[in-house]
Amino acid sequence: MNEKDMAVSVNNLDFFYGENQVLFGNSLNIHRNRVTAFIGPSGCGKSTHIRCYNRMFGLYKGQRASGEIIIDGKNVLDPSTPELALRRKVGMIFQKPTPFPMSVFDNIAYGLKLHGVKKRTDLEGRVEKALKGAALWDEVKDLLHKGGTALSGGQQQRLCIARAIAVEPEVILMDEPCSALDPIATARVEELIEDLKNRFTIVIVTHNMQQAARVSDYTAYMYLGRMVEFGATADIFTNPAQKETEDYITGRFG
Amino acid sequence: MNKSELEKGIIGLRDHLLLLGTEVEQNLLKSGQSLAAADSDLARMVMEHDREIDRLEISVEEECLRLMALYQPVAGDLRFLVTVLKINNDLERIGDLAAKIADKVLLLSQDGRRDRVMELAAGLKDMFSRTVAMVHDSLDAFVEEDADLAYRVCLEDDEVDQEKMAIRDRIEADLTHRPEDHPFMAKLLGVSRCLERIADHATNICEDIIYMLQGRIIRHRVEDDC
Repeated sequence: MNEKDMAVSVNNLDFFYGENQVLFGNSLNIHRNRVTAFIGPSGCGKSTHIRCYNRMFGLYKGQRASGEIIIDGKNVLDPSTPELALRRKVGMIFQKPTPFPMSVFDNIAYGLKLHGVKKRTDLEGRVEKALKGAALWDEVKDLLHKGGTALSGGQQQRLCIARAIAVEPEVILMDEPCSALDPIATARVEELIEDLKNRFTIVIVTHNMQQAARVSDYTAYMYLGRMVEFGATADIFTNPAQKETEDYITGRFG
Repeated sequence: MNKSELEKGIIGLRDHLLLLGTEVEQNLLKSGQSLAAADSDLARMVMEHDREIDRLEISVEEECLRLMALYQPVAGDLRFLVTVLKINNDLERIGDLAAKIADKVLLLSQDGRRDRVMELAAGLKDMFSRTVAMVHDSLDAFVEEDADLAYRVCLEDDEVDQEKMAIRDRIEADLTHRPEDHPFMAKLLGVSRCLERIADHATNICEDIIYMLQGRIIRHRVEDDC
């Protein structure tokens, strides 16, 4: 595998909540312009793992990570990597849609302004492009100055995706992005993921195994903070190498 | 731990497929007996029983589709269900071929020269036993999840093919001496062709079992793998 095909290289990642170690020596490579899904039972460390990619844990006291996460040749765990630039490079979508309490337009413009886009015409162009990229433009183009929180749940989630892609990140982390959505809204977001991977690298945590099978190119199975198996999704779901993986995905776990 | 509905469904389906397999094997055996004894009553029974086999095949398929639709199986469960669907199809085709053999026995026994038919049929006995054994072993390999046995069955297919060619040569040679046997001979050649096809289906079943057990598709390259 070529190094430049890798968007993220994780080497020997450990993670601690205070004294409590929850990730143990995780290593894997995230392929560029592909969708990688993390599956595993609740509490296995999937979310904790991907939150290291943009150092989200740095917001909380007592949480620390060791090991290496290489993005663009730099170890993002190194405190010298500036957080603002890192979070522009590695965007994040959460389980519940988190629109800011402001208009649809400003939800997206906010991040752009933070990253130095000041001119009104530039902002308008970038907002439109982001909303189109998130397959939301047609639904909200006449509501741009209405509150973002007035949209439906599925629209709010796509608004958050638009907000994330507006700043042109390299990697988009999605932590259970569809778990609060109905099947139709879920299908829209899944279609969108398929579309977005042409431009971005996507890492998704999901409890929905069928969703992982449908949307991802690679799948990582985690258990108790360890990376049990990582491979092409088609292999994991037809012929996993590890018995543990098989037991989990076929529901025979435990 | 309690078994999930899918696991229960899979166990039920395995029994269901084995029932079909046993019926098919029995009917194939009877078609051989009807040929050896030029027994038209037995041949008729074989043909009638094929309808029951067709019915079983449909019910196995429906159960497979139901489990797939309801549980979206993956990994080993998915490979099992896909394999059952395919084996089901091969078993039904073996059933059809057994009925076809019985049909030829009926035609042969209409001629009235029963002794001559029995005499000629004896030449197919070995090929018959070998083919029945392949079907039997393929079902065993499925129940016992025995990939080695499945490989061995695949290798036997060549021997059956050779046997068919030997029988054809023998029949052609005999015909030059006794042209009056021609109607019998053509039908016996047909029987050997059915047996060869049955051996092919048993081989397909075994290739699918290997996929089910190992997740590798070995079709069209068994020899390389062995």
